[in-house]
Amino acid sequence: MLGTILTVYAATVDLNQYFSGLNIIVALFIATCKASLVVLFFMHGKYSPKRTQLVIVCSVFWLAIMLFMTMSDYLSRPWS
Amino acid sequence: MHRTGELYGQFQTMEQQRETASLGMWVFLVTEVLFFGGMFMTYTLNRSTYPDVFGEASRSIDLTLGAINTVVLIGSSLTMAMSVWASQVGKKQLVTIFLIATLILGSVFLGIKGVEYHQKFVEHHIPGLGFSFEPGASIATNAHAQLFFSLYFAMTGLHALHMIIGAGLLLWLIKQSMRGRFTPEYNTPVELVGLYWHFVDIVWIFLFPLLYLIDRH
Repeated sequence: MLGTILTVYAATVDLNQYFSGLNIIVALFIATCKASLVVLFFMHGKYSPKRTQLVIVCSVFWLAIMLFMTMSDYLSRPWS
Repeated sequence: MHRTGELYGQFQTMEQQRETASLGMWVFLVTEVLFFGGMFMTYTLNRSTYPDVFGEASRSIDLTLGAINTVVLIGSSLTMAMSVWASQVGKKQLVTIFLIATLILGSVFLGIKGVEYHQKFVEHHIPGLGFSFEPGASIATNAHAQLFFSLYFAMTGLHALHMIIGAGLLLWLIKQSMRGRFTPEYNTPVELVGLYWHFVDIVWIFLFPLLYLIDRH
């Protein structure tokens, strides 16, 4: 649990040297790991009934659809 | 009311009743995902459209304060989880102590946020009449910077509002726990407020890298 505090440090310090345009992926990956730990352990997601776990997965799925579909809409517009 | 944690008529077992309460809170949190998700979508779209200005604007926010706040908030999530655990094993005094610790850490977070907002105010980075990001740059640059800061204040403001609501809930819990109301048989309010608090923490876990760590090198 306290390891999540260390990942904050890693996210801030390491990003200062990482030059490529893809360091957002690293930052988001770290954030996703932290969020997963919080959901699984702090929120007892790992120990919840299957029904609850389904609800959690559905919300993530919904976010993914919204972000993916909306962005692909905008990015596939030739005019602006 | 749920004073003694009695079994309500529509439930067959106490465990079913407890699971239902928890599921109810989770479904509410899903609606919160919808709520915050919309703003994250706006952010994603605008950042991909104006990456350079967003990077510049992001660099002008205080990274140290943001990082400290992240540690503070995750710490408060830890104390909240400890409080839930304490209520499950019947250590009533620890429940209150951890709830108070959570409240203190949450208040520290809000205090630091206040300092950050003040910094932005002094630098004329608050969108509106007095906005001034880079006086020499083009109108477009300033407009896009204003976009970033609008998103910054809207998202962190909404998050802070949720924290204030959470603080209110914690105060209510502290009052109840000091009367020894939470036992291993009945600790549902602690658990549900815990779920809410952890959710607010998760929102910040994503807000922090997206707002503070855009283009730091």
